[in-house]
Amino acid sequence: MEGLRVGFEIHQQLATRKLFCNCESELSEEEPELKIIRRLRPTQSELGEIDRAALQEYLKGKYYEYEVPEEVSCLVEMDEEPPHNVNREAVKTALQVALLLNAQPVDEIHFMRKIVIDGSNTSGFQRTAIIAMDGYIETSQGKVRIPTICLEEEAARKIREEGSKTVYRLDRLGIPLIEISTSPDITSPEEAREVALKIGEILRATGKVKRGIGTIRQDINVSIAGGARVEIKGVQELNLIPKIIEKEAERQRKLIDIAQELKRRGVKEAQLELSPVDVSEIFASTQSKLVSRALSKGGVALAIKLPGFKGLIGGAKDEPRLGSELAQYARVKAGVGGIFHSDELPGYGISASEVEAIAEKLSLANNDAFVLVAEAREKALKAIEAVVERARYALKGVPEETRVAQSDASTRYMRPLPGAARMYPETDLAPFVVEDRLIAELRASLPELYEEKIARFVKQYNLSKELAAQVVRSPHAELFEELVAIAAKPRLVATTLIATLRELKREGYEVDRIREDSFRELFSAIAEGKLAKEAIPEVLMALSSSPERSVAEVMQKLGLEGFSEEEVRKLARKVIEERADFVRERGEGAAKPLMGVLMKELRGRVEGRVVMKILEEELRSYLKT
Amino acid sequence: MYRGEAAKVLGEAKVGDRIRVLKGERSYEGVLMPRSELGDDKHVVIKLDNGYNIGIEVTGARIERLAQAEVAKGVSFPEPEFSPEKPEITILGTGGTIASKIDYATGAVHPSFSTAEIINAVPELAQVARVRTKLLFNILSENMTPEHWKKIAREVAKELNGGAYGTVVAHGTDTMSFTAAALAFMLKNLTKPVVFVGSQRSSDRPSSDAALNLIAAAKVATSDLAEVVVVMHSTTQDTACAIHRATKVRKMHSSRRDAFKSINALPLGEVDEEVRLFGNYKKRSEGEVYADSRLEERVALFKVYPGVSPELLEYCVDRYRGIVFEGTGLGHVPESLLPAIERAREEGVAMVMTTSTLYGRVDMKVYSTGRRLLNLGVIPGEDMLPEVAYVKLMHVLGVTQNYEEVRSLMLRNLAGEITERTLANAFY
Repeated sequence: MEGLRVGFEIHQQLATRKLFCNCESELSEEEPELKIIRRLRPTQSELGEIDRAALQEYLKGKYYEYEVPEEVSCLVEMDEEPPHNVNREAVKTALQVALLLNAQPVDEIHFMRKIVIDGSNTSGFQRTAIIAMDGYIETSQGKVRIPTICLEEEAARKIREEGSKTVYRLDRLGIPLIEISTSPDITSPEEAREVALKIGEILRATGKVKRGIGTIRQDINVSIAGGARVEIKGVQELNLIPKIIEKEAERQRKLIDIAQELKRRGVKEAQLELSPVDVSEIFASTQSKLVSRALSKGGVALAIKLPGFKGLIGGAKDEPRLGSELAQYARVKAGVGGIFHSDELPGYGISASEVEAIAEKLSLANNDAFVLVAEAREKALKAIEAVVERARYALKGVPEETRVAQSDASTRYMRPLPGAARMYPETDLAPFVVEDRLIAELRASLPELYEEKIARFVKQYNLSKELAAQVVRSPHAELFEELVAIAAKPRLVATTLIATLRELKREGYEVDRIREDSFRELFSAIAEGKLAKEAIPEVLMALSSSPERSVAEVMQKLGLEGFSEEEVRKLARKVIEERADFVRERGEGAAKPLMGVLMKELRGRVEGRVVMKILEEELRSYLKT
Repeated sequence: MYRGEAAKVLGEAKVGDRIRVLKGERSYEGVLMPRSELGDDKHVVIKLDNGYNIGIEVTGARIERLAQAEVAKGVSFPEPEFSPEKPEITILGTGGTIASKIDYATGAVHPSFSTAEIINAVPELAQVARVRTKLLFNILSENMTPEHWKKIAREVAKELNGGAYGTVVAHGTDTMSFTAAALAFMLKNLTKPVVFVGSQRSSDRPSSDAALNLIAAAKVATSDLAEVVVVMHSTTQDTACAIHRATKVRKMHSSRRDAFKSINALPLGEVDEEVRLFGNYKKRSEGEVYADSRLEERVALFKVYPGVSPELLEYCVDRYRGIVFEGTGLGHVPESLLPAIERAREEGVAMVMTTSTLYGRVDMKVYSTGRRLLNLGVIPGEDMLPEVAYVKLMHVLGVTQNYEEVRSLMLRNLAGEITERTLANAFY
């Protein structure tokens, strides 16, 4: 793709305690009892001025309700206590990531206050600091630079909006977040995926980052030659990244084409006047349910001329269309359900004669198009305003904006790109000198990267490369090594942690609830021959529904527990004696058939190998006598 | 503010200059920031173009000065227009974070107290009153002294007698209750409201409580009240402020917005959209206010605790004309202090007992220690807060040093500091 430039901003939550207090970095799903009402007032700028628009919003009564789950939030999150000293473990993890990204830690860390007044921070600002600068990663296409790595606080979790009130929960506020920004050095959609994957793996290699939905967020910045920087938020799925980028490049391409065509047609910005015409009477007896519903509720049908836009608004369903851009603007800025435009009319119950009547009323010329909105008057006016604003951008090409990714890899308009945030020093915190000694220590104990670890697992544990990779990428890599140390059965441990858990999960068992200690107990039981490997799924199923139980309890409950060696021996002797004739006839060759009989009783409770060994010993000693 | 090694490396470069710091292969460009006096002398701080500050160690570094500091353009605000029907109030500034402006370049906080600046920051004030501001001084409230109290008392009296319908005093919160109590005793024949206000979150932050508190204070300054009060957030929420009587209020939390609580009394009222007063309060009337600024500064506040050294008290007896004890429980001290107390009695030092429980009334006749203290002339401070008794004793000793007169004044309710009845709902 010609002139494609992509950069990332990756936000990763850390699995330490919160950045500026001692609360656990956990979410709370219950609605807490304590709720507080707060307001955030726009503050003065450098010049002592106040953002009038923001102040208007405030004076109109915009306010926030904060839900305070007391098990995971304290006065710091409530903005009722100054921040405690920065969490050293979080700083160390961030520095570790910085070193793995070949970045240069700063000599002294200064936390800043970045003004944010959407309510997502109770203080009205986010605390953020540059930890390291000038890093890079290598990809198959070359170097991608990483100018800054920041450590910052996560924002509060938005629960809902109700009129002028927005409700946030404070559980998420203050969770440490590493922000990694790359330069726009990425030139292909595939390379972008590679970069995201690689950075993700480096983050997880520290073992100190959170996993699961919402714990890592990738914002993608995309531009093409002649286009503009567009920031895409809400990308959850790594595999969607190339598709999202392709679609965005295509969208920008199309918008550039439209701008060129409009220029060719000689359309000027001044022609795009904000002069909507009330066309309600045309729809007095319309077949369009949408329009008639709006009118019957006392709304209006407003139309606006878009001179020279004919044929440029619509398009095929799968292709980027200017029509969707106009509609998204209207939706976001005016809250309307949708708009109609002349490229798609007649249609949607709007007849050819109605279209003609509108064209006449707006005195449309050959190349002119129109947009129609049927809504309550004020909303409709706002929607038309949004459409005109967006149509004016169409003359220039691609507007810089923030868009949000959809599950089908398309994106929707969200808001204009935020301007440079106001930032000033966090005076409640002292600067923090990064000592050379600390860096040396961290450098000496950098975590193994995924590729190194996979190679080691293949060599050390004799796993297939595929299985090794699965273990390393799973959250259980550390546990795996521990369990192997207990049970010395790397392949069994690996398949249990990867395949068995995956299958059980698929069948609906909540295997994530099983405690790590349970796995330790499980593999100790196997190592001691108290439990057969065949019984592992059954035990895990039971543990997933009652994770508080010990493995011993579960084994007892399932009737899997303990046949001591002596008991097995006794049982073996009994089986031999009962079939004395057969044994004498077959000699040691009787072992296999007898094994079948024995295992009927012992399957899942004693390892087959152990049973066989005992049976052979007993058989030999019986035959001797 | 840069000193030592950092100053040497910086050479001619001044705070605000655009500089480049070269260090080995590393190079950083940005605006030189001031350094906190608590920071070491081995780092320079620059603001990068992305707005972030970082500190760079100067050992082996070289500085290039790229451009001189731009002189900040001053900004002027239009003189606010007030509706002539609104009452006129004066807001007196004494310091604290309630009215300050952040310098985003340096992070320094400057006072911003002209009427135009205040109305620009809090335009809602113009809906409440015609506001006039006056900055008396700008100090942290921990540095307030009785001299400052006198100055504030005189200025308040001047404003009220000069036609102001009420006054607001913006004050740092740490010692606000001392100053407020001092004014409650010093301002005689008070006929209008005197409202102390502060903020627990500085006004440079969007979450600051300053604006809401200030608006509420202005409303109270135009109300029917004729007392010295403190107006601050009543809860952690930004919904209402409480009106506390100056002689019954105490800062009870180091950081919360609702740190101020009425002790041994209920608040006098509440402010949200409007002012609601309840209970007994002195009503607005006509008449000249008079500031009696006589204060005996040789008064000590003496905290009693297990292991307290008698020498400490002996020292106070040598130096002071009055001692307010913050005793244990109902108003006790360990026996080890009795000799010093006896000597104080002999030397005519006035002594008042209050309690470290803050809540409740002292009662020195229940146990023998208390009775002995009464016999030694220690005056029971009823349900006065220790700090209030301290300020009151300064005031009383400023008026008279005669023991009987001091005793009589200390036991009399002068400004709402003593309640006659201990109400059940005043402990919460």
